[in-house]
Amino acid sequence: MIELIKKPNIDFLGKRYIAFAFSGILSLLGLWAVVGIYTGGANLGIDFAGGSSVQLKFENSILLHDIRKAFEEKGIKDFDLQDLPTENKILIRMKKGEFTMGEFTGKVVTILEEKFPQNKFVIDSTTEIGPKVGGKLRRDALVAIIVATIGILIYVAFRFQFRFGIGATVATFHDVLAVLGVFYIMGKEINLILITALLTIAGYSLTDTVVVFDRIRENLRTKHNEPAVTVMNLSINEVLSRTIITSTTVLLTSIALFFFGGEVLHDFSLAMIMGVVIGTYSSIFVASPIVLLWKGKMTFAKK
Amino acid sequence: MKKKFFWRILLISLTTLLSVIFFLPSTHSFLSMPGWLKKMIPEKGITLGLDLQGGLHLVFEVEGDKAVDLTLEQTARSLKDLLDKKGFTADVKKDGSNIIVSSSDIKARKVLEDNYPALSLSDSSEGRAVYKIPAQEADRIKENAVEQAAETIRNRIDQFGVAEPTIQRQGTNEIVVQLPGVKDTQRAVDIIGKTALLEFKLLDEEGIAAQLPETILPEEEEKLMQEFAAKIPEGDEILFEKLINEETGKAFKKVYLVKKQTLMTGDSLTEAKVNIDTRLGNEPYVSISFNAVGAKLFEDITAANIKKRLAIILDRNVYSAPVIQEKIAGGNAQISGRFSIDDAKDLAIVLRSGSLPAPLKMLQNVTVGPSLGRDSINAGVKAGIIGSLLVILFMIFYYRFSGLIADVALILNIIMLLGALSIMNATLTLPGIAGIILAIGMAVDSNVLMFERIRDELRLGKTPRAAVDSGYDKAFWTIFDSHITTLITAAVLFQFGTGPIKGFAVTLSMGVAINLYTALIGTKLVFDIINSKGEVKKLSI
Repeated sequence: MIELIKKPNIDFLGKRYIAFAFSGILSLLGLWAVVGIYTGGANLGIDFAGGSSVQLKFENSILLHDIRKAFEEKGIKDFDLQDLPTENKILIRMKKGEFTMGEFTGKVVTILEEKFPQNKFVIDSTTEIGPKVGGKLRRDALVAIIVATIGILIYVAFRFQFRFGIGATVATFHDVLAVLGVFYIMGKEINLILITALLTIAGYSLTDTVVVFDRIRENLRTKHNEPAVTVMNLSINEVLSRTIITSTTVLLTSIALFFFGGEVLHDFSLAMIMGVVIGTYSSIFVASPIVLLWKGKMTFAKK
Repeated sequence: MKKKFFWRILLISLTTLLSVIFFLPSTHSFLSMPGWLKKMIPEKGITLGLDLQGGLHLVFEVEGDKAVDLTLEQTARSLKDLLDKKGFTADVKKDGSNIIVSSSDIKARKVLEDNYPALSLSDSSEGRAVYKIPAQEADRIKENAVEQAAETIRNRIDQFGVAEPTIQRQGTNEIVVQLPGVKDTQRAVDIIGKTALLEFKLLDEEGIAAQLPETILPEEEEKLMQEFAAKIPEGDEILFEKLINEETGKAFKKVYLVKKQTLMTGDSLTEAKVNIDTRLGNEPYVSISFNAVGAKLFEDITAANIKKRLAIILDRNVYSAPVIQEKIAGGNAQISGRFSIDDAKDLAIVLRSGSLPAPLKMLQNVTVGPSLGRDSINAGVKAGIIGSLLVILFMIFYYRFSGLIADVALILNIIMLLGALSIMNATLTLPGIAGIILAIGMAVDSNVLMFERIRDELRLGKTPRAAVDSGYDKAFWTIFDSHITTLITAAVLFQFGTGPIKGFAVTLSMGVAINLYTALIGTKLVFDIINSKGEVKKLSI
């Protein structure tokens, strides 16, 4: 049998204050991103902010500079350009209000056909979202997250103890905030695809945490005379190889997605890679220490 | 084979077989299968979402207030007609959300209230009464407008020709339209969004009309409207015809002074089709026919207005304003306006399917080109296969024979998930694929949890059979808890999420449920069978 680590015995909880500091910074980063989202500082996707975007695929290579000039000559301002030079793809984005719905694509096509008659292009995708829809999508996502959190809190509190519910929730939020924060710092677009990735990460992180808690509960039943810290450390060490193996397999899938999954899933898989790493860390260094912060005796009746 | 395994093996084989059968129609090879086979299996499978297939996703808001407005206007008009017919001298006006009736004759009011019980009197004084549409009635009109708009859109799309369109109501006043595989997206948007309110109105050719410029440039419209705002007679309005200078290709507008009163609308239209006018350089035009009532009305109107000009107006744009040469009987008319053949076809479609009861406001328009969709699928499938291969190899490397068992379970899992999604006729989107990835990850995790437990037990010196049994029992609740928490999340996301998030929730919850099944029944079965063949000395784990 191949073993990653033979009988590990690492004092994870002894390092909890370092972990708290590190996680504190990550979470603050995430909260900063949330503030950014609500104050308009974040690079919100069209789906949340409203506005229009068109992605075009040209036959031959084209310079962003030339396109920018073509638009500016036609008096179009406040647009963003992004390119995918390897595939001759250009993404043109426009914040809300500049055009009435349904007009934007036509305008873009007319201008580009006029300015670059030799370089033919096809429309890859267009997105136009009114401000009302953006607001609704934002609100819906928020409501879904809040209700899901409450549901998990109740279930974990019911299956374990209330403090475990808190631990699981905090650890999950920590992961989501951390990834969101990193994306925010990187100036990446915050859109529905990222939200889906964050939800997936939350799912993984939660599973990881529940597995650790499960072992703690089990060990508490047989070793109720030992201090909680010892039992927790023991439990985390016991499930360590499982934690690492599962994370490895998910990481393998995410890396495959990152390199081969195509442009649309690119940011999704990047978020997943970060999320798996952070989620693994938090199930070890965040979830249990949070439970430990709670004063009082931690007992589970023997089965 | 021992009898105690029989039922479990049968169950797993059956579910796998069913999954394959249900999934088959979703694959390409289904098309090349023999007909007798096709008949035996259900045709519908997994539908690809617009992001994978390419197509158009539109959300419209039906402007119900305008429908109420329109109803008020019509009511005011018919009230006036009614009072005129009964010989009252009365003035009926629509003012905001009120209808104001001014008449010195108190009996006029009685006639009104008898004939229009839906109106409620909100204010009255000497010779003047203000009527309102009650809130309940207004709501009914709005509700009707949404219902009717959805129906009209469905009609138009059917005639436009789209395979498997989805037209759904969302919330109180929104309509979601999904058109998979549509290539000419702009045309589809135009056809759906056109109100297509056809009106016939007389031109006012007296007085101020002579002062109006004949044509203007589009950007001069605002200036013109400001200049003449105070000058035009109360019952008139300025409308335009959009034209293009054939030599320079520049757009310009022809100016018309039109009497506000609508003589006739497209309500009584029975047919609209494209014809080609061979005299005028093969220019297409749309010929329309009215039903008997409409034909009679059209005859009366034309008879009463000979030598006057009648404007044909669609969505507040003048298309033409011919002089009425003689009384036109028979209920036919034509709309010409320098159309391209596609324009004329589209116009015929919207006229045939009737006008929208209220204007639509576009809230969302997402188009995915067919090439991007195809790229996404190819990339997704490729990444999926590479990712799965990596995981499969890793599991065999780390857990040896047991890893192989887990891999088989994993593959069964994917097959059953695809089968389950096919049975539900689910729509697979990119977020849906993300859900599948998460579910697959959890499937691997379930096996890892079990194997690690079994290893623990083996380390304690238990026999393989005992180690499998107790390792399995201990892992059970962990797997159960982690799956239930995920299921809770998925259920909530399904209930409260919109669009993409819902797609994620569907595949995730199905995946998690199937996971529990394959991990807790499938994998365990294999171990039980191995252990049943006498005491195994060493477990390859």
